[in-house]
Amino acid sequence: MSPRLLGAALALVVAGTACGDNDSTSLTVYVGRSETLVAPLIEQFEAESGITVEARYASSTDLAATLREEGTNSPADVFFAQDPASLGAVAEAGLFRTLPDSVRTLVPSQFSDRDGLWIGLSGRSRVVVYDSTRLSPDDLPADSDGLLDPVWRGRIGIAPSNASFLAFVAAMILERGEGATRNWLEGIAANEPQIFSGNAPIVAAVDQGTVEVGLVNHYYLYGLIADQGASTAVNHFFTTAGPESLVMPAGAGILATSDHDGAEEFIAFLLTAESQRYFAEETFEYPLVPGVDAPVGLPALADLAQPDLDLSDLAGALDLATDLVAAAGLL
Amino acid sequence: MTAPAGLAPTPTPATPGVTPLLRHTAVPRWLWLAPALALLPALVPFAHLIGRVLGSGSRIGEVVLSAETGRLVANTGLLVILVITSTAIIGIGAAWLTEATDLPARPIWRVVVALPLVMPSYVIALALLAATGSRGYLSDLTGLNIPSLTGLPGAWLTLTIATYPYVYLAAGAALRRLDPAHEEAARGLGAGPARTFRTIVLPQLRPAVGAGLLVVALYTLSDFGAVSLVRFDSFSRVVYAQYAGRLDRTPAAVLAVLLVLLALVVVWAEWRTRGHAAYHGRPVRRTPRLAALGTRGRVIGIATLGALATVSLTLPIGVLLAWAGRATEAGRDIPWQGMQGSLTAAALAAAVAAVLALPTAVLLTRHSSAATRWVERTAYAVFALPHVTVGLAMVFFAARYLGGLYQSLAVLIAVYAAVFFAQALGPVRAAVLQVSPSIEEASRSLGAGPVRTMLRVTAPMVRRGLFTGALLVFLTTMKELPATLLLRPTGFETLAVDVWSAADSLLYSRAAIPAILLLLVAALPTYLLTRRER
Repeated sequence: MSPRLLGAALALVVAGTACGDNDSTSLTVYVGRSETLVAPLIEQFEAESGITVEARYASSTDLAATLREEGTNSPADVFFAQDPASLGAVAEAGLFRTLPDSVRTLVPSQFSDRDGLWIGLSGRSRVVVYDSTRLSPDDLPADSDGLLDPVWRGRIGIAPSNASFLAFVAAMILERGEGATRNWLEGIAANEPQIFSGNAPIVAAVDQGTVEVGLVNHYYLYGLIADQGASTAVNHFFTTAGPESLVMPAGAGILATSDHDGAEEFIAFLLTAESQRYFAEETFEYPLVPGVDAPVGLPALADLAQPDLDLSDLAGALDLATDLVAAAGLL
Repeated sequence: MTAPAGLAPTPTPATPGVTPLLRHTAVPRWLWLAPALALLPALVPFAHLIGRVLGSGSRIGEVVLSAETGRLVANTGLLVILVITSTAIIGIGAAWLTEATDLPARPIWRVVVALPLVMPSYVIALALLAATGSRGYLSDLTGLNIPSLTGLPGAWLTLTIATYPYVYLAAGAALRRLDPAHEEAARGLGAGPARTFRTIVLPQLRPAVGAGLLVVALYTLSDFGAVSLVRFDSFSRVVYAQYAGRLDRTPAAVLAVLLVLLALVVVWAEWRTRGHAAYHGRPVRRTPRLAALGTRGRVIGIATLGALATVSLTLPIGVLLAWAGRATEAGRDIPWQGMQGSLTAAALAAAVAAVLALPTAVLLTRHSSAATRWVERTAYAVFALPHVTVGLAMVFFAARYLGGLYQSLAVLIAVYAAVFFAQALGPVRAAVLQVSPSIEEASRSLGAGPVRTMLRVTAPMVRRGLFTGALLVFLTTMKELPATLLLRPTGFETLAVDVWSAADSLLYSRAAIPAILLLLVAALPTYLLTRRER
């Protein structure tokens, strides 16, 4: 066997494994959400529309970075993301096209991009999750500043590198300015919080009794309860109109490079009453289409006080939020 | 070393059965093709990323010089030292018990001891976290208040469980290859079993165990899943936090480069302590005599391995079964797609890595030079790259320059083979070291060319090493997650992805079945890895 033959054989092995699936009739969706949670919904869409969906699952931030990198070469038709910051990052790069009014009018404008580049599909509220065996709702702080009280030293769990915590920090920057946000982060750091990698591990730790309170998104707890039957962890919704009460939409946008007719159909499908009920019942998120009930046992969306800010600006404050979090020694 | 001269198997020409390393003056140039093909899929995108980092100019000094960086290096260094110490003790001890003694049921113990290899470290961490803590399974079971395993103890235990099999397998394979003549000579000259082990056996295990420990150290450096779950502040956790948190990838890339430098320090340290030993046993294979443990020794041996298996296998499996027990019907579905994806990807990656490891090992051992030493160091440095870095760098690179190959299985396989190449190279290199070059010389002098000699003479003699290398790559690929998530073809599933996807939403009951399947699928390859050669 000559070296050349060896090389050729190797090239064959590598080429043989290259079976990229470039079916032009299928709809390619980049999904920055949990596959376990949304795959059934996508299957439902395939069954109803007859369109095959190629769903690519990864974290929303990674997919946003991927889309920005791919630019006009992207095979994606739709970006279905977990948070407004990732959507905003893609919008900011000029990669989305404007959604038609027929879709835009379905959701209150506060949950979508002001220029119609992406639309909110379901809502996720920031909450404090607490260990009900050690604390009652009266013990909990009234707002995010309450967490700066030294009484909470070592008792708070946060996930500073997580997109939703950073969105909360970005919201604080938009609302209070950079200086006040820096002070808040330094105050939290002085309270020696326990650092987690994401919302899910915080909720699991509160459930296990390893940490007393955690700053998270509301729906993780209900997934845990659905899975294990019960939990001593309880969600507390802030009643203040600050960044700590922020409702962040998961949403979607259509890539400017997509010419697939199914893209709009897909987004419209996610906004039908049936899909919206799926969000309420299976992922415990807030339906954003008016008239569909909130998940059982949760306060109504309209009752959640909201900070006065435009979600379209959130992505722009994200890198600054990460810088401030890092500067406070929390990353 | 206190052994009398001649007892210690230092590779002097005087030692029986040892021939000096012959060096060919002309290195066949095509030999360089193998490491290039293997490592470039990781190196080129990484270089591209570095280029972008340097091009962007900003922030580099700021990131490198922060006090935080010093603290992270210290933390990570401490963890690495602790993990290599515990894995060395467990790995060598367990290998001796299951390979060199008359302990009952050794074939079963070999699989049991090696099986944790296939558990993703984040699954071990999840299981330990569920088992410990005031409301964990163990506290419920025992009525005691067992503290939650977080921080350094949690990271240490998790990574020890996840990585000691690498040392165990390397030490076991080396023990099986040992020429019993040395030991017999030592015993014949009056050395006791302990002294024989220390002065004769242990030094001969050195290359294999060293390679195993290097894998352990680099795995520990680059592991992200476990350290972030148990909340230990290691370097890779922060690299990941920087990635996760921002669109500007510069700081993360800078930190990743620092991580690679750290990895090079580890590789250099291993290199410094390795010496340039080459042990060429005579090409005669005999079954070594097993050490008789006696009744008391057997009880202690079984108790020790039993305790190890309880912590490293029974505990995680127990937690997984408890989760599976409460699964709903949907959660009990067998993830066939994930299984097929895992097997396909792992088998292809293993084949590519092993095929390229043989010429590379020949290059490293028979044509050793400053340049080839850098090949080996590079292989280990690539192994230490955080997979999220490699994955993202490849996304950046492939989306621009690879056209239709972007998001194809070929790219994913190439990246797997690159990042795990060191794992294939370790056993193959150790096996080639044990083949006397005089045999290859004979083949060459009889007129066979270098390729023919490698394929017809060297390859059959090191097939066990090739097989071990391939299986190690197979098993490690099965549990890989970050690069898989970023590079897999759209719609491509693996069991590791299934586990992660469910666990990430706290749906542990749904994570249990794919995690258990991962173990079951890996049982056969693990058995093959630990089987004695007939």
